[in-house]
Amino acid sequence: MSTRIQKEARKESLLLNMGPSHPAMHGTIRIMLELDSERILNSEVEVGYLHRGFEKTCENRTYFNLLPYTDRLNYVSPLINNLGYVMTVERMLGIEAPERAQYIRVIMSELSRISDHLTCLAAMAMECGAFTVFLYNMKAREFIWDVIEDTTGARMTTSYIRIGGVRADLHPDYKAVLKKAIVETRKVLKDVHGLLDKNKIFLNRTRDIAVVSPEKAISYGWTGPCLRSTGVYYDVRKASPYAVYDRLDFEVPLGERGDNFDRYMVRMKEMEQSLRIVEQAMEKIPGPSPSQLMAKGIEPAEAIKASRAKAVEKKIRLSPNLEGSEKEKYKNILAKDKKYIVPPKEDTYTTIEGIINHFKFFMREHGIRPPKGEVYFSVEGGNGELGYYIVSDGTDKPYRLHLRAPCFHIVSALEEMIQGRYIADVIPTFGSMNMIGGELDR
Amino acid sequence: MKGSFITTKFNYILGWARKFSLFHYPYVTACCGMEYMSAACAHFDLDRFGAGWTRFSPRQSDMLLVVGTVTQKSAPVLRIVYDQMTEPKWVIAFGTCAVSGGIYDNYAVVQGIDRIIPVDVYLPGCPPRPETFLDALIKLQEKIQKQDQEWRWKKRKY
Amino acid sequence: MEMEKKKVLEKLKQKFPEKIKEISVQFGDENVLIESGFLLGIVQFLKNEPYAYNMLLDLTCVDYKDQEQRFEMVYHLYSLNNKQRLRIKTRLSEKDLSIDSLTSLWENANWLEREVYDMFGVQFRGHPDLRRIFMYEGFEGYPLRKDYPLRKRQPRIPLRK
Repeated sequence: MSTRIQKEARKESLLLNMGPSHPAMHGTIRIMLELDSERILNSEVEVGYLHRGFEKTCENRTYFNLLPYTDRLNYVSPLINNLGYVMTVERMLGIEAPERAQYIRVIMSELSRISDHLTCLAAMAMECGAFTVFLYNMKAREFIWDVIEDTTGARMTTSYIRIGGVRADLHPDYKAVLKKAIVETRKVLKDVHGLLDKNKIFLNRTRDIAVVSPEKAISYGWTGPCLRSTGVYYDVRKASPYAVYDRLDFEVPLGERGDNFDRYMVRMKEMEQSLRIVEQAMEKIPGPSPSQLMAKGIEPAEAIKASRAKAVEKKIRLSPNLEGSEKEKYKNILAKDKKYIVPPKEDTYTTIEGIINHFKFFMREHGIRPPKGEVYFSVEGGNGELGYYIVSDGTDKPYRLHLRAPCFHIVSALEEMIQGRYIADVIPTFGSMNMIGGELDR
Repeated sequence: MKGSFITTKFNYILGWARKFSLFHYPYVTACCGMEYMSAACAHFDLDRFGAGWTRFSPRQSDMLLVVGTVTQKSAPVLRIVYDQMTEPKWVIAFGTCAVSGGIYDNYAVVQGIDRIIPVDVYLPGCPPRPETFLDALIKLQEKIQKQDQEWRWKKRKY
Repeated sequence: MEMEKKKVLEKLKQKFPEKIKEISVQFGDENVLIESGFLLGIVQFLKNEPYAYNMLLDLTCVDYKDQEQRFEMVYHLYSLNNKQRLRIKTRLSEKDLSIDSLTSLWENANWLEREVYDMFGVQFRGHPDLRRIFMYEGFEGYPLRKDYPLRKRQPRIPLRK
């Protein structure tokens, strides 16, 4: 069903279709190759098999409602997409999250970035035949997801980072679990370095394959690890720092040649730097450390009954899925402005101001209404510069929301990168580009 | 189940053999793929249920795992993959987007894959935890055991 | 950096006084609104000068249904050396829905413009291969326009049940 390549192909060459459902575990993409017995003469990439209508759906949801949709864009690093969207809206509203919330955001972002790189390299190595690397990386990823799950409640699609801060404070035992995750990840990285760095087979498949020069990379609009592997120093965390990145000390690794091996190496080194960031943030995080879980406190039904007479002073026992978002933690994790945050549940059910705030936040035509205008803000995603462009017309739904997906630009260079190469080179090239279907097709 | 003692015993043995050696073909599209990958790896092992090895070709597999959102553009592809599989075959719809379209109710998403192919086990969750996936696999195994095993296949009409 | 940003906008205004309609700053971003015919000249000027806006970050379109000039093309440029962003906007009306293509300057404009054509129907003059990228052949209409209903499905194979 291809259009261009069927018209342009020569009669004696073979047309091969690496169809939408293929074992390369990145997502649905179709690559059609015109071959002359293993050498690729021409190729065509067809995307759009995961186009889920994200941008059109967002025009029909309020700013708060569309947080879960942003999780599912780059689904290997979901908290970074959340962060990008939330910081764009915060820029429009002119509010800022408290400092503890920003440190928590940085920790979560870096953990997501580590899990993104782990998954990318796992898939790339598995397709080249190194199945052990895949299993080791998945093992390390489980420990990281344990940390995320303790705090946010979900392993992957969390909707944790909210407008004005984060949803809940860190789990009381987070330090132990986080330290274990860091130790396990370091072990896995050391093992993978030992397995792949000087491995002759891996080097033959990735060294000097699909070399991209810096000028070409800039012309294609590449950002992120793929651009840094060609030698261009551009990282959004250093160029225009957001959250608390300007107070943390980390390096940005650069590559030299821009081939597949450099893209692999840049990702490995970035993971080490992300671990450094997480350790520093763990030391520097301000505010009281989270205390014991809510075991004590009066029952909610009793509190509601008592509140009819006068305001309730005692602590109320909330349900386990609200763990971390009790009222006394609110000033650390969410901004003060009452218009843009969900009020704490103790207030909602026992005081009249609480219920009015809750009502006005969630009702249609009320809630978060940014001023008219448009804004573009970008964060450093796992693949590069993840940017959100929001046009607001003063109502509670965005008029237009556009996502600048980093891997869209990277994949648009694939046709040129594999020209003249063998079929077997397509697999590590495609794997090192880290194409994520949800982000590419939105 | 009608039949004599020998045929019921034969059915039982055939069901036992089929359920513990499932070869699955993962049709992975979206976020649920990450949970599928976790379920197949070391922490939550899929191999102990006999369904460990992924067959990367529909002709050599007997279970189709549709993981993630199926869009209108890839619906014919899914139909072709299903038609290429040989009998007996079973289908698990993994994730809410495969079960019913999920949170995407718009012009581009098929509202559930049972509009294209018949489904045996529905597994909701966004994404479902790996333990839930293993539970679904056990339910499918029970279904295979109790099913009327036919060993002379006629082409079924869908 | 604020001084340099203002210098760019001033110089732009000096060089093309009649082609630039409006310059504004909002939420920390600079916007420049220009006429659609002069896009290529202005963008070429911005790319070559010492301001060197050498990266095309994004290219998209917004549909203002109630206005006379319905579609607004938005271009985001970025300068790696000076670390500055710039947004260029231009308006198109429904009757004359075509604009120059930027594929001669940047390679990623190829796919970005295909996406805008697929979602809105904007024609790009000089594009080497303008066809749909996300939707399939046989899909009628342009989904992201405001008058395309959200739930209008056009199934590719007959669905059962």
